[in-house]
Amino acid sequence: MIYQGKQKIWSEYQKEIPADGWFYVRSCIRQSFFPASEKYFLAVCRDLLGKDIYESEHHTTCGGIAYHCDTIPQETAMTIVARQFALMKEAGYKNLVTSCITSFGNYTEILETWREFPELEARIRENLWKATRREFDKPEYVAHASDLVYKFRGEIAEKAVNRLVDVETGRPLRIVEHIGCHYSKMFPHKGIGGAEYPYVLSGMVESWGGEVIDYPERRHCCGFGFRQYLVKANRGYSVSNTHKKFESMEPYHPDAIITNCPGCPYFLDRWQYVISEQTGKTYGSGGYGIPVLTYEELAGLVLGYDPWDLGLQMHQVAVEPLLDKMGVKYDPDAKYLGLNKKDILKPGLPSVLKCC
Amino acid sequence: MDSRIILIIGGGVAGMEAARQLFLLGYQPVIVEKSDHLGGHVAGWHKLFPDMMSASSLIETMAGGLDGVTVYLKTTVATMNRLTSGFSVVLSNGTTLLCGAILMASGFRLFDASRKEEYGYGVYDHVITNSDLEHWFNTGEDDRIPENPSHIAFVHCVGSRDLKAGNPQCSKVCCMTAIKQAIEMKEKFPGSEVWCFYMDLRLFGKKYEDFYINAQRDHGVHFVRGRVSEVSEDIDGKVILKAEDTLAGHQVKLKADLLVLMAGMLCNEETPVLASMVRADVDSDGFMRSRDNIYRINESSRPGVFFAGACTGTKTVPETVAEARAAALDIHNYLVGNG
Repeated sequence: MIYQGKQKIWSEYQKEIPADGWFYVRSCIRQSFFPASEKYFLAVCRDLLGKDIYESEHHTTCGGIAYHCDTIPQETAMTIVARQFALMKEAGYKNLVTSCITSFGNYTEILETWREFPELEARIRENLWKATRREFDKPEYVAHASDLVYKFRGEIAEKAVNRLVDVETGRPLRIVEHIGCHYSKMFPHKGIGGAEYPYVLSGMVESWGGEVIDYPERRHCCGFGFRQYLVKANRGYSVSNTHKKFESMEPYHPDAIITNCPGCPYFLDRWQYVISEQTGKTYGSGGYGIPVLTYEELAGLVLGYDPWDLGLQMHQVAVEPLLDKMGVKYDPDAKYLGLNKKDILKPGLPSVLKCC
Repeated sequence: MDSRIILIIGGGVAGMEAARQLFLLGYQPVIVEKSDHLGGHVAGWHKLFPDMMSASSLIETMAGGLDGVTVYLKTTVATMNRLTSGFSVVLSNGTTLLCGAILMASGFRLFDASRKEEYGYGVYDHVITNSDLEHWFNTGEDDRIPENPSHIAFVHCVGSRDLKAGNPQCSKVCCMTAIKQAIEMKEKFPGSEVWCFYMDLRLFGKKYEDFYINAQRDHGVHFVRGRVSEVSEDIDGKVILKAEDTLAGHQVKLKADLLVLMAGMLCNEETPVLASMVRADVDSDGFMRSRDNIYRINESSRPGVFFAGACTGTKTVPETVAEARAAALDIHNYLVGNG
């Protein structure tokens, strides 16, 4: 692998990301899957870095999942998105940042479609006015939240409490990165690093002391694939895709996986349990799985937030092997204590996959 | 003004052959070549299909016919201006020429294979181009080529017939070049398996089809109709290819020790700049525009400006040589008033 060759490509796919003044739209599913990721994105940006990031309680789903599952037409998704833009205008913001990769892809695709077909944009303006009496301005800039974390990765590194380094040996941790399909595969120039050798997550890993693994099935789908999972009869495709990725990354002995998308960490995490039950195989050392984290969760660990405040107890794969390697301080007994020390109950243990 | 001087821009096969013919017709051709050697791309090639002629011996033979021809190497054209009769030309070395006619033989450039990012040229350790392989045939120097490769893959049409890359035209020579190189690799490594991934096989020339059958029948080269969708690298540094075999109707995944990308032909970047100096036209494919593509291929839309070789489109070596001879005759007829 020629690292300079990747650097040359990365240099062609950089974005001028505004430093401040963002209207934030959340994901419709991430708060269920990874409940603290969005909270800590806001905490890092607002409280730690002092950025102006605004969110409105009136915003809704972007309609992306329904659109990609063919359950709503694109014009409906466009009108939903137009309403979000109207909320942004009413709040006085011009830059939109999305929590979700599919939302990012959806907003980008819609704006590009309107650029090609202005008559369609005019029709959506009319739809929105008839439905809500709202008007919108198109955002000056659309970013994914990982773009901002990438932009601030150096500042996060300066404030780091823990690094992506094995505290026992000094070895950089080996990290698999997975950007998700809708970040840059549709519009490579909208993603940092492009589509083939994306840099948005790799840049974070490098800045925080880790080493990125490039393995043969790096570009392959995580297994979600929307209808691969959402249509129950197709779920075999979903798990077989995930299985293919793990078989491919196994020889590199990854210490963790960092992800960009709502679906990817969920499926890369949960399917490790299913694969272990079906095949008896686990991919981490000592019977554990490979911990799968969102970029906000990994940033939170680097910044020294408590792993249980970050919601890492909600993962299927135990994160403790990673915490121990990084030297993160945590209380094992507090893992399943929720708000105000309420016992949220321990889950049942899998028969194969080792959990703490 | 001495109209016997003919400026030839480009010292490749087209420029050399046209210069020889013009000299034999009694003119004073002046070759202006930007690189430090004559022969253009062919000078870097090893063998030429279908006769497997040595490329260096061809260039040597052609250069031997240039006695009396003025050649400026490492030189470019700074300006060209049309006069009442002929042209005034200033070269980068300070030389000023008054020419009766100009022959553009500025050739082509190879597509930058790194632009097809999914193939990993410049990123993966064992991915090279057709040009790199010819260089290795000539010199034996290229660390990317393993000592005894057991699996070798060729991908046709890299950057040609590719709308996404902005190059819809066929590069014409790549199919045959891939077959030639596949045979040469089989001869060097008899125990290896060689695979060619193609869209169509365009084998239009004399003996080309025989060459293709020979590759399959006598050398066991595998041909898969399907484009490679992505390339990656495994932990041992092997190249992993994914493709669809559109004849068999299934996906193919191949682990190879070496991947060769058949980079296509593009118009040279400086050709449109040169064209603008004499107000010649550039075609929609980026190459120079001939007066027509049937009867006046060597003529530009401007009097006194002629073309030969790959500056008007992709060409084989024999086509280029034939065009160069035709261009010399066209220039002669123009200058004696028969044009």
